[in-house]
Amino acid sequence: MSKGSPISPSLMATKSAGAPKAPERADRTADQAAAVADLAAVSPVLGPNNVVPPTVMTGSQAIVRSLEELGVDDIFGLPGGAILPTYDPLMASSMNHILVRHEQGAGHAAQGYAMVTGRVGVCIATSGPGATNLVTAIMDAHMDSVPMVAITGQVSSAVIGTDAFQEADIVGITMPITKHSFLVTNPQDIPHVMAEAFHLASTGRPGPVLVDIAKDAQQGQMTFSWPPKIDLPGYRPVTRGHNKQVREAAKLIAAASKPVLYVGGGVIKAHASAELRELAELTGAPVVTTLTARGAFPDSHDQHVGMPGMHGTVSAVTALQQSDLLITLGARFDDRVTGILKSFAPHAKVIHADIDPAEISKNRTADVPIVGSVKEIIPELTEAVRSQFESAGTPDLTTWWAFLNNLKETYPLGWTEPEDGLSAPQRVIERIGALTGPEGIYVAGVGQHQMWAAQFIKYERPHAWLNSGGAGTMGYAVPAAMGAKVGEPDRVVWAIDGDGCFQMTNQELATCAINKIPIKVAIINNSSLGMVRQWQTLFYEGRYSNTDLNTGHDTVRIPDFVKLADAYGCASFRCERDEDIDATIQKALEINDRPVVIDFVVSPNSMVWPMVPAGVSNDQIQVARNMTPEWEEED
Amino acid sequence: MTRHTLSVLVEDKPGVLTRVASLFARRAFNINSLAVGPTEVPGMSRMTVVVDADGDLIEQVTKQLNKLVNVIKIVELTSETSVQRDHILVKVRADAATRLQVTQAADLFRASVVDVSTDSVVIEATGHPEKLTALLSVLEPFGIREIVQSGTLAVGRGSRSMSDRALRSA
Repeated sequence: MSKGSPISPSLMATKSAGAPKAPERADRTADQAAAVADLAAVSPVLGPNNVVPPTVMTGSQAIVRSLEELGVDDIFGLPGGAILPTYDPLMASSMNHILVRHEQGAGHAAQGYAMVTGRVGVCIATSGPGATNLVTAIMDAHMDSVPMVAITGQVSSAVIGTDAFQEADIVGITMPITKHSFLVTNPQDIPHVMAEAFHLASTGRPGPVLVDIAKDAQQGQMTFSWPPKIDLPGYRPVTRGHNKQVREAAKLIAAASKPVLYVGGGVIKAHASAELRELAELTGAPVVTTLTARGAFPDSHDQHVGMPGMHGTVSAVTALQQSDLLITLGARFDDRVTGILKSFAPHAKVIHADIDPAEISKNRTADVPIVGSVKEIIPELTEAVRSQFESAGTPDLTTWWAFLNNLKETYPLGWTEPEDGLSAPQRVIERIGALTGPEGIYVAGVGQHQMWAAQFIKYERPHAWLNSGGAGTMGYAVPAAMGAKVGEPDRVVWAIDGDGCFQMTNQELATCAINKIPIKVAIINNSSLGMVRQWQTLFYEGRYSNTDLNTGHDTVRIPDFVKLADAYGCASFRCERDEDIDATIQKALEINDRPVVIDFVVSPNSMVWPMVPAGVSNDQIQVARNMTPEWEEED
Repeated sequence: MTRHTLSVLVEDKPGVLTRVASLFARRAFNINSLAVGPTEVPGMSRMTVVVDADGDLIEQVTKQLNKLVNVIKIVELTSETSVQRDHILVKVRADAATRLQVTQAADLFRASVVDVSTDSVVIEATGHPEKLTALLSVLEPFGIREIVQSGTLAVGRGSRSMSDRALRSA
């Protein structure tokens, strides 16, 4: 569709484009991010490192002041008894606090914010149930390595351990799902703990850090000074790859005849897309981008062969299976990618570059392990490959590409029209992507619509695609889209959600409407828990146990999403026919003063293809039910 | 499964033992024994963790442990290059008729009797886990009432100190 009309360039302004109409907020964010990146080299304390001479204040003032000094602009949270002292000075702060309707929403919003800005997302909750409501989002951030700091109030230190009102051992509860956590009972510890939390969250392999602060530590007096000293003797992330290993990797690349660049979310976290592109174009190797790496390499690039994994393209899955060398960058051989591990890429040697040494050889043994940031490793690898190619010659990948191109042409992504006369969900999602364009941000929930959004929207840039990859959290989309819109207010942000997912966290529409965060929500309403239903169709003889949600065509429509969205102060539409899809999306794109919710009524019978059924080799990929590609004779 | 002894230098912070223990539980690693105590460096504790794991898995164990922010350093100690000791207290049935035999058995193992009553003795012994197993099998016929055993403690042979090197690199 024409890109001219409602999506004005200023709405889509990228940070680097510097469009004249871009409000100053975007510039400020970009400048700060750059400033933060520069400072990170000299000081482990985030933010501008202003010098604050010793000043007496309360612990809660110190929390707010620390956040300000760390460069935080936006916070998502919900107050309660044990965090009340901190909400008082917060009221006077220049930071923007967004009051959510459920703490899980605050957590996912902080994730969405972090994913699009690359900055640390911040969420705040009170003790007990407030804190436990954050648990899902913390776990989600842990699985997908999202930099996030969660601040929780805790009951007063004198009553910790007595089962006091709203007491929960949140440090204990979140221990396995945080990168690190702190319990603060002495107000004097607040500045250095906050600085350490932000440092931990944002460096190395990013992740969530919990800071649990007892109420008496918030109320007590302390002497604040800045910057604090960071004391983490056990934390020394390696960012620079080992030279010798990089050279070994270059040798393997020069010797490979079927190499594949297996690109994971780490490349997006490291902001290394440009570096990746240079390496890819130098080597001429095919690129696969995993679910968390969509957009790390442009979909439109000739060398992109698709997303690998359970619902990946035939070309991407087969490229990995047939490869003789996996150049693995910031990926972790997740089971959704590998299928049965023993049969995954059986002929391939493995180069594995990752910032987390524990990921290397965790699932698949690496022949050449490289620990470090892909941001630093990839350029060095490119240089090493260049000199390898100069001395040993550039490998001939013609046969490999002929094989892969044939697969790309023979088995493109597609769908069959539903026989019930309802719209194909894939078409709706494809049209949203086409009409919004690559400058938009797309945030999915979890299930069929997530896979279709990964497949049928074309991603051309990093940080445009957000989803709950490792955790698979239903309900991620609406709050994460809200956070993304706060982080990137000038971009169109779509939550592509399912009717099941939407019902888990749609209360944040109130937050969006009241705080003027105009996200767009496309409910792909197939009236069921679609992915579960698909498995019931395929593996449980069509016995649809507890997957019917009664929200779609020919049902009682409880809830009626259009009325629900209307009640939340959102613009709302229902789209039930193919011919209305484009016009409805256009209408949504034209509304920017409030959130928009579209109830796209689609067929419950559409299924996600291709699919590698659980528990079999990726060689058993099916392009449609019981249809396996015909493999060409090799060479 | 092979047995590995890891010496883990950690910050002496609240919850650090829980972090280590819960890591083992979560990743389904098997702890055979764990002993923890202060070191010569204030603020630093040392854990000796004995793990049953095969080659590849022990690498994962150490890498995952290293990811814990409070863990400063990990060294694997082999039986050739280190001294490894367990400590045990055993309460054994011993009346006037058998007491002499029991204490003689303890003597053979250089164990000592630390408590005596009319029908029992408590024997204290220190040694490599295999020696303690041998002691127990000798005492077993007399009737063992209670066993309390520490986790293995281990220290590298020679003059080098694990915490010295850790502090320099920190």
